[in-house]
Amino acid sequence: MSTSKEITKQDLQPQQRRELPQRSIRPNVDILEDETGITLRADLPGVTKQGLDIQVDNETLSIDGKAEIDTPEAMQALYADVCATRYQRSFSLSSELDGDKAEANLKDGVLSLRIPKREQYQPRKIEIRNG
Amino acid sequence: MLPRIHGFDSGLFNEFRRLEQEMDQLFGAGFWPNTMRSVANDNIPPINVGVTPEQVDLYLFAAGVNPEELDISINDNRLSIKGERHVERDDGLNYFRKERYDGAFHKVVTLPDDVDADKVEARYDNGVLHIVIQRRESSKPRQITVQ
Repeated sequence: MSTSKEITKQDLQPQQRRELPQRSIRPNVDILEDETGITLRADLPGVTKQGLDIQVDNETLSIDGKAEIDTPEAMQALYADVCATRYQRSFSLSSELDGDKAEANLKDGVLSLRIPKREQYQPRKIEIRNG
Repeated sequence: MLPRIHGFDSGLFNEFRRLEQEMDQLFGAGFWPNTMRSVANDNIPPINVGVTPEQVDLYLFAAGVNPEELDISINDNRLSIKGERHVERDDGLNYFRKERYDGAFHKVVTLPDDVDADKVEARYDNGVLHIVIQRRESSKPRQITVQ
């Protein structure tokens, strides 16, 4: 019960309304696969560790980042390529990937996410014994 | 592997893109009909510019750039930002998506006439370059007292 209360309270905060939460940027990503897993790199300029939320749920990976841009009060926009401060994108994960073992790293606005393949999908080297 | 649609590594392509961007700056974006190149003409890296009576704030959204490799200069009211991003890519691996831009960029921004080219500060934080240029005193709004 307390959670639903909190949500309503947050919804009413005027600050959140002004930020137009429905607008978000779809970040550009590189995704590559090697023998042991998958690596995703995403451009999230302005996002800090605290503002980044990565979730793996029902074989869906979602990235949600909030950019913190230091702007002076009373600033008037002259030109803007970027009109939102939130990045959102999700991907479906195939079942051989182990989302629980994902590791994330954020540096200079670039997220690197490594998701290993489950053990049974890892390449195994079969040793040949001398006969 | 997905076909390479961006092809930022082509020098000629970069030149075309730069030309197109410069034309956009001269005539305003949308002057040219969209060409096939518009796939990549995504104003990279994106910028925002804002003004207050005291200063002009410019934000360049360039994640993963080494700030030491940025070349920022100001000439009168034209601010130029040159830089390069090195995206490590291993061609031997299987890429499903290659959307992140790689290579050199050059942005030239015309600022309001009253900026003071001697008072410029730049910081690079979390992938955003923030440049603050002070405006000259004379241009600030002044209160005039009636005697």
